[in-house]
Amino acid sequence: MTITENRAARRSSARTNSVKPAEPVRVENPLPSRVAGTVPTLAPSAAAHLTTEQIDALGAEFDALREEVVGSFGERDARYIHKVIAWQRGLEVGGRGALIFSLFPPAWLAGTAALSVAKIVDNMEIGHNVLHGQWDWMKDPKIHSTTWEWDHASLAKSWQKSHNYEHHTFTNVRGKDRDLGYAVMRVTPEQEWRPVDLLQPLTNLGLSLIFEWGIAIYDIELEKVQEGTKPWSEAKAELKALWGKTRKQLAKDYLLFPLLSGPGFLQTAAANLTANTVRNIWSHAVIFCGHFPDGTETFEESRLDNESQGEWYVRQLLGSANLTGGKLFHTMTGNLSHQIEHHLFPDIPSNRYIEIAPRVREICERYGLPYTAGSLPQQYGKVLRKILRLAFPGGGPKTPAAATEQPQRTLRAAR
Amino acid sequence: MGVLGAIGRQAYSAAGWLTQPLLPDDLLGTLNPLWSASEPNARVVGLRRETADTTTLLLRPGRARTRHLPGQFVGLGVRIDGVWHWRTYSATSRPADDLLAVTVTAIPGGMVSGALAHATPVGALVRLGPPAGEFVLPQQVPEKLLFVTAGSGITPVMGMLRELAASRPETLEGAVLVHCDRTPRDVVFGPDLRALTASTGLQLVERHTALEGRLTPDALGDCVPDWAAREAWICGPAGMLDDLTAHWDRSGDPDALHVERFAAPVFGGDSTGGTVSFITSGIAAEAAPGTPLMVAGEAAGAVLPNGCRMGICHTCVGRLRSGAVRDLNTGELYDTPGDAVRTCVSGAAGDVEIEL
Repeated sequence: MTITENRAARRSSARTNSVKPAEPVRVENPLPSRVAGTVPTLAPSAAAHLTTEQIDALGAEFDALREEVVGSFGERDARYIHKVIAWQRGLEVGGRGALIFSLFPPAWLAGTAALSVAKIVDNMEIGHNVLHGQWDWMKDPKIHSTTWEWDHASLAKSWQKSHNYEHHTFTNVRGKDRDLGYAVMRVTPEQEWRPVDLLQPLTNLGLSLIFEWGIAIYDIELEKVQEGTKPWSEAKAELKALWGKTRKQLAKDYLLFPLLSGPGFLQTAAANLTANTVRNIWSHAVIFCGHFPDGTETFEESRLDNESQGEWYVRQLLGSANLTGGKLFHTMTGNLSHQIEHHLFPDIPSNRYIEIAPRVREICERYGLPYTAGSLPQQYGKVLRKILRLAFPGGGPKTPAAATEQPQRTLRAAR
Repeated sequence: MGVLGAIGRQAYSAAGWLTQPLLPDDLLGTLNPLWSASEPNARVVGLRRETADTTTLLLRPGRARTRHLPGQFVGLGVRIDGVWHWRTYSATSRPADDLLAVTVTAIPGGMVSGALAHATPVGALVRLGPPAGEFVLPQQVPEKLLFVTAGSGITPVMGMLRELAASRPETLEGAVLVHCDRTPRDVVFGPDLRALTASTGLQLVERHTALEGRLTPDALGDCVPDWAAREAWICGPAGMLDDLTAHWDRSGDPDALHVERFAAPVFGGDSTGGTVSFITSGIAAEAAPGTPLMVAGEAAGAVLPNGCRMGICHTCVGRLRSGAVRDLNTGELYDTPGDAVRTCVSGAAGDVEIEL
């Protein structure tokens, strides 16, 4: 067990190029059995046909691809992120400027739309990716994973730990990746069913409306406090730090800018609430489509024992799903529409994912591995159907309910 | 001004509530990099080709400008293929000038100096580090001045000469500049220097090493017989500086000699190594014995302030929180929390925490 942990920790630091966790990995602290589930994986893996040699060869191909891309970073990439940042800031200033006149309905509408887009881009294409260290290679202290802060309830530092480290290292490993259901939902049939899961379609709806707050609270791991594996004093200190940031965010959106609007106080506050909610619904939808649609696999903890580089890639591949769409759509999702490429290479700049996607797909094709992809409505529909199905006991592939499902994990879906 | 300044500061901190988590400064800098106060930028507005391998960049600094002293150098950051690189160059303009001039000599095989000297277009944006360096004239300019320079070693001295010629020309009466370069065509600022001798009392001794060989202490004595009675500023290749320093130690007054070195001194000290934790960055790195903290930190992905990378510009200073570091040049140990540590020339003496 200890050996597994150390290997995984080492791999994470090499791979995600992010802030190393300051404290040592807690080995004696597994997730609640609820997240881990109590049964072995129900469906056979789509990679079952590969031999160890083939998996090693696959790993070497992905390593080579990574090396090639990393060696080609240059001016055009730097221009891209500077351009996105300038546009985002322009939209935010423009949107908030328009909302000073929020009593005038067209200004309200335009301002709210601009601010919604600005918040989405801030969180997804800029914040998420900068905090991954995708732009650290520029050695620009202003656009760097150690200095960036975002318009999001989560503190950049705590989000980096839960996301970059835990989620990206232990992707879709039941019992290790808390993102499997975010500790409040049952998203894979192996997870133990409890009566409260009957409510999970509603939980999901509520979570999508307040997603940034869900993530912020989630980072504090209150379910571990409840199980007694995390001291309350630690959680309390984290809550305090969170409040230190979020009170400023709240004051900005719901007090200061509304005050600037004078008689339009309530209209501006409503506009900001709308923009925050739009951002929450959008990012929730995109993120849930990354790992939960049909065709994605989850894994047992034992898989981490002596997991090779090639097996690591295979797990990232099988655990992720892409979204299809145009260039603007990809930017608006923070290129999480290329969830597969992002999980293979979390610290490669997001503008490169679209370029390497055909090559990743070609490799998958040659090795007979699925490359799950579909449009946002299609994939989100599958996620909702799964959440609904898993609200009830069972849901594994052998049950009659699941037998009718046709997992869409073929290349055709991506075309 | 005091009241307006106070109101301005109040307004700025109020604006911070509206722009957080960004600073108002970040938005200003996005609009025009020269408006950023937290990130000193400058625009290249003119280029002067001094010689085949040396170019003076005329820079219009943004509002975050710190004025230099004549003889000092500034950090210059330039984006090449998307990556920021930092080097230091002497300021060759007068401190009061509108434009800041820095003179760059392309080092053979040097990527950054080559790009700056040959491939920087007018309109390019560069970043500025704070001016630094002890190679400056005292308030009270000594009566008899001597400057000995070679190659690009003329650049800090040119900054001094321009300031003196413009503000206190009488101090150049009887001053001597001995300058060495391969051929007359290689002399950086050749025409400017010759013009200076015509307009002031400065005496210029040009030595062309392709013909006459390297300047030795004896040769210096031949052209400046009263060298020992002068306050001297010398800058050039390490070999010449070593010879002259030894000469002053032997037969002159070492206190009257001011030396500026461009090349990094050889690391003489040693450190045991250890884990260095950069507190603000949240990054911990293993520093091998004799490895500067900065090098170890950068290898682990930290972005650290840096400038000359040889211990002279103090751009990279961070406070010591705990542990001890050893100065790799002098071997001196620093272990008092709060000590200012130059990460580029300090090694870890055991585990250490730096507030960077």
